[in-house]
Amino acid sequence: MGAGDQWKYLYRVLSKSGPYSDPDWVPGEETIKSLEESKILVIGAGGLGCEILKNLALSGFKDIHVIDMDTIDISNLNRQFLFRQSDIGKPKAEVAAAFVERRVKGVKITPFVGKIQDKDEDYYMQFKIVVCGLDSIEARRWINSTLVGMVDMENPESLKPLIDGGTEGFKGQARVILPSLTSCIECQLDMHAPRPAVPLCTIATIPRQPQHCIEWAHQIAWQDKRKDDSFDSDDIEHIGWIYNAALERAKDFNIPGVTFQMTQGVVKNIIPAIASTNAVIAAATTSEALKIATSCNPFLENYMMYAGEEGVYTYTFEAEKKPDCPVCGNLARKITVNPDATLEEFIETLGERPEAQLKKPSLRTEEKTLYQRFPPQLEEQTRPHLKLKLRDLVTSGQEVAVSDPAYTIDFRFQLIFG
Amino acid sequence: MASDFPHALAGPSSKERKYDRQLRLWAASGQQALEESRVLLVNSDGPWGNKSTGVSGVVGVETLKNLVLPGIGGFTIVDPAVVTEPDLGVNFFLENESLGKSRAEETCRLLTELNPDVEGNFQAKPIAEVIQEDPGFLARHKLVLVSGPIKQSSLRTLCEGAKTLGIPVLYTRSVGFYSTFSLQLPAVFPIVETHPDPESTQDLRLLSPWPELAAAAGGISNLDSFDDHQHGHVPYVLLLLHYLEKWRESHDGNAPSNYKEKTAFRDFVRSSARANIPQGGEENYDEAVAAVLKALNPFSLRSSTREIFQMEECKQLTADSADFWVIASAVREFYETHQVLPLPGSLPDMKAQSADYVSLQNIYKSKARKDIAEVTETIRRIESQLGRTFGAPDKDIELFCKNASHIQVIRGRDIPQVDGDAHTKKRLRVELDNDESLIPVHLAFQVLDIVVTGIQEGKYPEDSLDDEAIWSVEIDRILAGIASDAPIDDEVRTRLLEAAQELRRTEGGELHNISSLTGGLVAQEALKVLTRQYVPLDNTCIFNGIRSSSAMYKL
Repeated sequence: MGAGDQWKYLYRVLSKSGPYSDPDWVPGEETIKSLEESKILVIGAGGLGCEILKNLALSGFKDIHVIDMDTIDISNLNRQFLFRQSDIGKPKAEVAAAFVERRVKGVKITPFVGKIQDKDEDYYMQFKIVVCGLDSIEARRWINSTLVGMVDMENPESLKPLIDGGTEGFKGQARVILPSLTSCIECQLDMHAPRPAVPLCTIATIPRQPQHCIEWAHQIAWQDKRKDDSFDSDDIEHIGWIYNAALERAKDFNIPGVTFQMTQGVVKNIIPAIASTNAVIAAATTSEALKIATSCNPFLENYMMYAGEEGVYTYTFEAEKKPDCPVCGNLARKITVNPDATLEEFIETLGERPEAQLKKPSLRTEEKTLYQRFPPQLEEQTRPHLKLKLRDLVTSGQEVAVSDPAYTIDFRFQLIFG
Repeated sequence: MASDFPHALAGPSSKERKYDRQLRLWAASGQQALEESRVLLVNSDGPWGNKSTGVSGVVGVETLKNLVLPGIGGFTIVDPAVVTEPDLGVNFFLENESLGKSRAEETCRLLTELNPDVEGNFQAKPIAEVIQEDPGFLARHKLVLVSGPIKQSSLRTLCEGAKTLGIPVLYTRSVGFYSTFSLQLPAVFPIVETHPDPESTQDLRLLSPWPELAAAAGGISNLDSFDDHQHGHVPYVLLLLHYLEKWRESHDGNAPSNYKEKTAFRDFVRSSARANIPQGGEENYDEAVAAVLKALNPFSLRSSTREIFQMEECKQLTADSADFWVIASAVREFYETHQVLPLPGSLPDMKAQSADYVSLQNIYKSKARKDIAEVTETIRRIESQLGRTFGAPDKDIELFCKNASHIQVIRGRDIPQVDGDAHTKKRLRVELDNDESLIPVHLAFQVLDIVVTGIQEGKYPEDSLDDEAIWSVEIDRILAGIASDAPIDDEVRTRLLEAAQELRRTEGGELHNISSLTGGLVAQEALKVLTRQYVPLDNTCIFNGIRSSSAMYKL
């Protein structure tokens, strides 16, 4: 048996046309060579990332890079199959890369332990495709806007297809984004609306649910009693303290149901996760990567949802590119505001509005700076604006540029008085 | 209430920490069911001629990975194949050193590494031999996974054996960019914890409040005299009950029943909110307004529950009936008496003072407890009439009552075959006329089964996997069998030929991505079957990796 025999099945689809492959496609050596030369980046070495690395290695990719800043925790072991009990505490990217390299002969996997924000455009420019397996919206938005920003219409190589996967419990989604050409993460941001926060007055004065008691212990009691200790949700003593404080409060209000598990879930905002859902979504993304890298079949245009609670349900559709997308569109996004709200109140709503989700915004119009968080002098200078009503700062229909330290770009909103 | 307020700091055990992210989906009861399960994987059934080792079995191994990680009790891999080079390009649970060794042993070894809680076993011979040597073998498993294509006679024997023992079977095939799998459940498969969307299970009984709830609403009859703070904190459930009473007074005692009346009632509630208050509006009234259209529907039994009540098993209890049917029968009696199901007893969060909310919550909870007590009494009466010695456990009765509105019973069907029963043939025939249907993919797989069987039985030469002429003959034979009444039009035949062409492209070989994805889907179904939570597939799923779409069919 020759060395090529390892890839017997894969090479068959790369060496033979199918009924649905592009009629202009030339199968064979060239296709295989271009696959092997495609440098591909995997963002995240967690539940999806472990699967993605395995799948890419077994799809004939030879030069894979992976970024992850996290270390391995015991609660990862129920799905992150490249990690063992003895790996707890080690960096995910390194352990995952070494494991897959060891198992699949001939593949090179280069880990980077750190944040995606540590890398610049030159770094991202070297890849042909980027595959994302992240649990954070913020990181997704960052890589999305970075890749959109890198597109230079004169240079087709600057367009890096972004394949994104996400899961929660039995549900998940996979999508293919051609930055600046098709619907991007930011276009669909409202599909990832944050859970509505419990109003502070409920937490502070009229708790009704066990979760309200936990939020009280976390947001109020800790500040009150232990403000000198910085809270660490991975510290079992800290969680235990929150649990006991929540339990005491629940007792005062006759509210049953506070448990340790619930306390952890609320404080760490835990999302249920299982191996099987990750397997489905990760393989959906890597199957698209193989199709994009080789053209052996048409790729997904552009969104697939999966739900497994009741039978097997998938929905495949084409999400639309939005002309007022702050990242890939060229129009300011319209948002309706209450002209009598203060700037401070408006800033607060920017954190929760599904179409904005900006936690630390600074704002300016073309003429003036409304509020600037940094440097401190400017913050002090613009702070008095916070108490002013919007109608005294802007006119209806005026455009406001919003920047946020989490993102590299400005978001443009057109404020419409409601 | 002591148990509601544990005092000691009860940190989680290391097992609870390891499984934390999944316990949030199926709880300790689901986990226990998993840990008590042993899964059998029949991952190949011998070579397809001299040049091919047969099924590479990636879906099977990937499925097991997704079951070993969450902690099933154990598994057995039956696979007579020896590891060859091409295996290393598709199967992650083999390594260079595995070459030439038993694939059953090597995949078992590398899968067991994933979770020390799971016991792995293997048999490096064909399943027929294993069963012949050890007739009790099948019965020691809770689920059978079969990786196809497999000789039809072997599949039939396995499926029949499992059916006799009441063991579910998942039959999978993955070739190139396509995959399909079918689930054979026991003849009767009840699920109590279906985990419906909490929104759809809300049952507030606003149109027919029981006396305690009506009395609570009566407590706010002097609503107008409340100060602004009190007024803005009346739970919306009580607000709606209060305004319903007022509405009835001016509508001959009738509640709003159609859309027009409900919107009029909604306007009436909205207009009763206090406007000239510092906060600008009242959140509890907003909640009440938002709830009107959904919460003012009279109780209605879902058709799936009605069907369960009408099943023979529910109507004809015997001393040997499963507890499920005894409980179902008692709940049916409850429904016949009260025209409603036992109250689930949960109350959504709503704007209210803590104490008011808790006391309203207690009204719902105690009604739920009372309903459970009534059902339990009926059950004990039935049990003594039937002369049953062991009573249904209280916790099962409680679980049933809480989930009563969404309980399901699936009538298991055999793994579908083209020469199957009239129902399968009819479904296939109907689906063939739908040009979006994935049924052509399924039929192409059926043809693959036939070709593989032909090779294994020496009817076809071993290079038939990409022989257009042989496939074409078998496709026509299948179509003739399905559509004996009317001729198949050319478009349908073309769709089937195209699907077959895509399968022939890899000559029966698997692509890792598609098999891994399929292993995820299959494991998901296995988890649902083993935990008896959520709702499993009924009964066939087809995945199209070219279009990234899937479909379910009851074949």
